[in-house]
Amino acid sequence: MSQTLPTTAGQPAPAAPPPPAKAAKSTGRYAALLKYLAIRFVLIIPTVWILVTVVFFLMRLTGDPITAMLGGKATPEELAKRRHEAGYDRPIIVQYGDYLWGVLHGDFGKTVTNGNRTIGEVLTTYGPATIELVFWGLIVAFVVGIPLGRLAARHYNRLPDVLIRTFAILFYAAPVFFVALVLKLVFSQALHLLPVSGRASVKTALILDTKVDPDTRIYIVNAILYGDPAVIGDVLKHAILPGLALGLLTAGVFIRLVRINLLQTLRADYVTAARARGVAEGTVVRKHAFRNALIPVVTVMGMQIALMLGGAILTETSFEWQGLGYWLAKYLTARDFVAVQGIVTAIAVIVALASFVIDLINALIDPRVRY
Amino acid sequence: MTVALVPVAAPVEPRRKSKIPGLNLLRTTHGLQRAMLLIGFVLVALFVLVGLFAPLLAPYGFAELFSGQLPMSGTHPLGTTVGGYDVLSRIIWGCRTAVEVILLAIVLSTAIGVPLGLISGYVGGPLDRVLVLIMDALYAFPSLLLAIVVSITISGGQAGVVGGILSAAISITVIFIPQYFRVVRNATIQVKVEPYVEAAKVVGASPLRIMFGHVLANVSQSIPVLTTLNASESILTLASLGFLGFGIEPTSAAEWGYDLNKAMSDVANGIWWTGVFPGLAIVLIVTGVTLIGESLNDVLNPLLRTRGGTTTADEQEIAAIVTVTPGAAAAAPAAPNAEGQAS
Repeated sequence: MSQTLPTTAGQPAPAAPPPPAKAAKSTGRYAALLKYLAIRFVLIIPTVWILVTVVFFLMRLTGDPITAMLGGKATPEELAKRRHEAGYDRPIIVQYGDYLWGVLHGDFGKTVTNGNRTIGEVLTTYGPATIELVFWGLIVAFVVGIPLGRLAARHYNRLPDVLIRTFAILFYAAPVFFVALVLKLVFSQALHLLPVSGRASVKTALILDTKVDPDTRIYIVNAILYGDPAVIGDVLKHAILPGLALGLLTAGVFIRLVRINLLQTLRADYVTAARARGVAEGTVVRKHAFRNALIPVVTVMGMQIALMLGGAILTETSFEWQGLGYWLAKYLTARDFVAVQGIVTAIAVIVALASFVIDLINALIDPRVRY
Repeated sequence: MTVALVPVAAPVEPRRKSKIPGLNLLRTTHGLQRAMLLIGFVLVALFVLVGLFAPLLAPYGFAELFSGQLPMSGTHPLGTTVGGYDVLSRIIWGCRTAVEVILLAIVLSTAIGVPLGLISGYVGGPLDRVLVLIMDALYAFPSLLLAIVVSITISGGQAGVVGGILSAAISITVIFIPQYFRVVRNATIQVKVEPYVEAAKVVGASPLRIMFGHVLANVSQSIPVLTTLNASESILTLASLGFLGFGIEPTSAAEWGYDLNKAMSDVANGIWWTGVFPGLAIVLIVTGVTLIGESLNDVLNPLLRTRGGTTTADEQEIAAIVTVTPGAAAAAPAAPNAEGQAS
């Protein structure tokens, strides 16, 4: 959670995009850019490989899935037989080679618990729920984080700034599951406004899981496709508390980021120049400073994906939101290593791709990025 | 022949240093900054003291069982949990666990991360590239997930008294090592081209001596800030591990995350005291540590930088403060210019 927040410190705030460079110059720039991006892209492979390897050996050090599942429940002979059948009695390095070979061919193995599914099935079944949760969380983070950060910067070191900063620190300090607990106590228990947990009520879930074609497995999309306002309302009601719990955590980061970047931009020469020309303060903030201040925020947002995925495990567990995080916790408890390795690999790929895309965006929109 | 030795004017002592820890830091702050720092100190001191004197303060033991769920009363000021534990006692003993885990995690991660960063930055070459790749991979990964995997590996699900705290600390350590590594490595790369390092080489000092004698002293100023920032994260990670059921067993130590996990199902019955109080304890201690960390960060102007010459948000904030208030400008020690570092 303690991600460093890259901003445009010590550099002039980004003003207008660079004037179109002359042909000769731009060839050099784009060649260098392409080379840089190619290297960055190729580096994704060892990054993912390192994570897969680390997780493989860490998990296998504790034993094998069969023993974890049957330990105590089966006779030693039966256990040995099952282990032999699954190949878990071979040297670990052979198993590792085997696993990597499978991964290279797109075969991640099958889960031991929760009905022998392939990892692809697990990802497509539970992934959409996580995407939906992260989507709601991002909306909350934007709606809360950006205006508050802007307000704090405009009233730098005065009461609104102090209050908003305190708010941001408190939301950083409060674990997601505690926020979840308080939200549940207030909105479900005391006020009876919102459901305690789940993605939808039983009836709605049945409709959304079976009667919608094409089935996106993202409930809000399914609900809109189905077109019944009651169903959409039910899905939205279930999304509010989990979205808030995950979103407020990220909002704390956004507040800090927007505030600091806007403060920096407000001191830029062109903003002073605008003020000197007699442009109203509100217009200065809105038209001149705010958009430029948002550039680093946009790029840093991608970095939040790791934070969001970590937060999703806790949020999903708190609200019994059956997404990847919820099931990852279940698989971890059951020591279902095949499932854990598969999900971890997926997360590693997502994180590595996200960081590549951020670098790409950064390189494209920010002319000061050096290669 | 006598030569009159003119005494060379001793360099002016920059500032009278106080012996009381934290006081120097406090002096360099002002206004809002000082208020934040003071609140942070008070909160952290409170938790450390409660942790230290837990046996005297707690009405019961952390694993002492009572008959079922009791509401708040004279004998149980904050009630008891479904499992029959006294909530107040668990919170008080929990301070001790939290402080122990923070200290262990920080000691372990600096002990591993700092030397690794030093060696990687100083030696350079293929070793550096491989280590950077590994550390970056670990750094980008969701830290909580990494901590869970390590925790499962170490404790295998059943943790003893010392083992529980130690394995929680090691799980947290793993996610901090890349952070110390990055900061120290980047600072080392900057420092190793300084003339005094060259001088030490010429004199014939061994690489180890240069690294740990000359370079370390000059990169260590960035470590305390990172440490305070990490302290708050370690509490949150500990609680998250406990909440997900990969933390310390309730019989081996009191841990707030575990209590919150058990409190989650109480919500439906309208029982709020089992969850709200441990949760508040987490919020308060993390707020305290964060306030100190942010103030330290603002005041000390560290070499805490991400790779590639970009700077952190807080450094920017310092820049803003320094330009606005001359009082703070005097306080910021001159840090080596960190621009143009190799990435």
